[in-house]
Amino acid sequence: MPPAEGLLINPIKNGTVIDHITSGEALNVLKIIGITGTTTESVSVATNVSSGKIGKKDIVKIEKRELKKEEMDRIALIAPRVSINIIRDYKVFAKGGVERPKFLLGVVRCPNPGCITNAHEPVSSRFEVLPNGLHCMYCDWLITNDITGHMI
Amino acid sequence: MKHIISIRDLDRPFIDELINHANHIASQHFNANSLSDKILALLFFEPSTRTRMSFEAAMARLGGTSISVGSIEASSMAKGETLADTIRVVSGYADAIVLRHPKEGAARLASEFASVPVINAGDGAGQHPSQTLLDLYTIQQSLPLDGIDVGMIGDLRYGRTAHSLAYALSLYRSRIHVISPKGLELPSALIGELRDRGTEVIEHEHVEDIIKELDVLYVTRIQRERFPDSASYFDVSSSYKVTTELLEGVRSHLIVLHPLPRVDEIEPEVDDLPYARYFEQSRNGVPVRMAMLQEVLK
Repeated sequence: MPPAEGLLINPIKNGTVIDHITSGEALNVLKIIGITGTTTESVSVATNVSSGKIGKKDIVKIEKRELKKEEMDRIALIAPRVSINIIRDYKVFAKGGVERPKFLLGVVRCPNPGCITNAHEPVSSRFEVLPNGLHCMYCDWLITNDITGHMI
Repeated sequence: MKHIISIRDLDRPFIDELINHANHIASQHFNANSLSDKILALLFFEPSTRTRMSFEAAMARLGGTSISVGSIEASSMAKGETLADTIRVVSGYADAIVLRHPKEGAARLASEFASVPVINAGDGAGQHPSQTLLDLYTIQQSLPLDGIDVGMIGDLRYGRTAHSLAYALSLYRSRIHVISPKGLELPSALIGELRDRGTEVIEHEHVEDIIKELDVLYVTRIQRERFPDSASYFDVSSSYKVTTELLEGVRSHLIVLHPLPRVDEIEPEVDDLPYARYFEQSRNGVPVRMAMLQEVLK
């Protein structure tokens, strides 16, 4: 007999819940907000969870860290329909969606080896977010896929 | 402060005005002392003959002075100085900077650190706006820029002049016909962008298929270093050669342009045909660059 259906991951006391992530993108969302194997936050990840809204979804819960607005908007690059809840003392303190940022400064490395931003110069990469990809504002390179693979 | 970094930054009214200005200059309507109190710094970190000399000539014709960094081996860049620092230093010596650099986006970076106007004279495989402006200037000497059929042949993948010209022509609703060897095609992202801007881009396998319907044939050099061996280079380059035979029966007003230097792309006999305009195109670098210098230093 199958066990009774319950919560896949426990509620958090303080932190951020990122819900309605496109199925399979949870790990990329973590990467895009800089959570890697070396960070200290407690992170719970659920993938391919049934969702009435988008069919299948991923969920990420991060303990003791409230995402900043620019971090939330960065998520929109790969998962535009996410909803983000800031949790304080087990209650939803703030709730919202994300909007694609117009520009990304120092977030993505330009894949063009000939781009001046990959030389030893005191500048950060700067990309304009276009409907069809990310446009390098120095060398005009257009990143159309694998945005997370180019994250710094 | 006005910089000229990329053709993408320029709108049609600006380009039209600059071309008109260059037309006035070419008909000797200019003040030969208008820049007599100005110094132009030429920072060329890559080889150049035409661009460098025509900027120097343009400055001299307007009564100004040019200073240059000499060879890169003799510069602080060779000691590891960043371009940003070089630009900040040179800004203190000159009233404007003309920069050629091997890295794409170098001129954009320079404009962010300069306290004087910067003109991009070519950055890697990126932009070369003064070449594009003189290409447009040369076309308008013979034809209206609007709605013409322009064929581009050669290395369209790495040739920065072709990219910039294609983009500029999209401001004029011209039709662009591209003919290039496999692997050296116009980048698909650029084709997509041109089409999004409403420009018709038509790809052809052979120049013979379209030559009789063109108003302009823009030829670029096929670079030998892009090929694995000499044999494959010669195979390709011979099939992309402009000959007197190819030009038989073309439109009487056709003009053939080439940013130069040419190697084997245009046979020398074509130089004597009325279609050949590439040496005139090269000469046009002076009035166009005079107009650019007056624009940024006014």
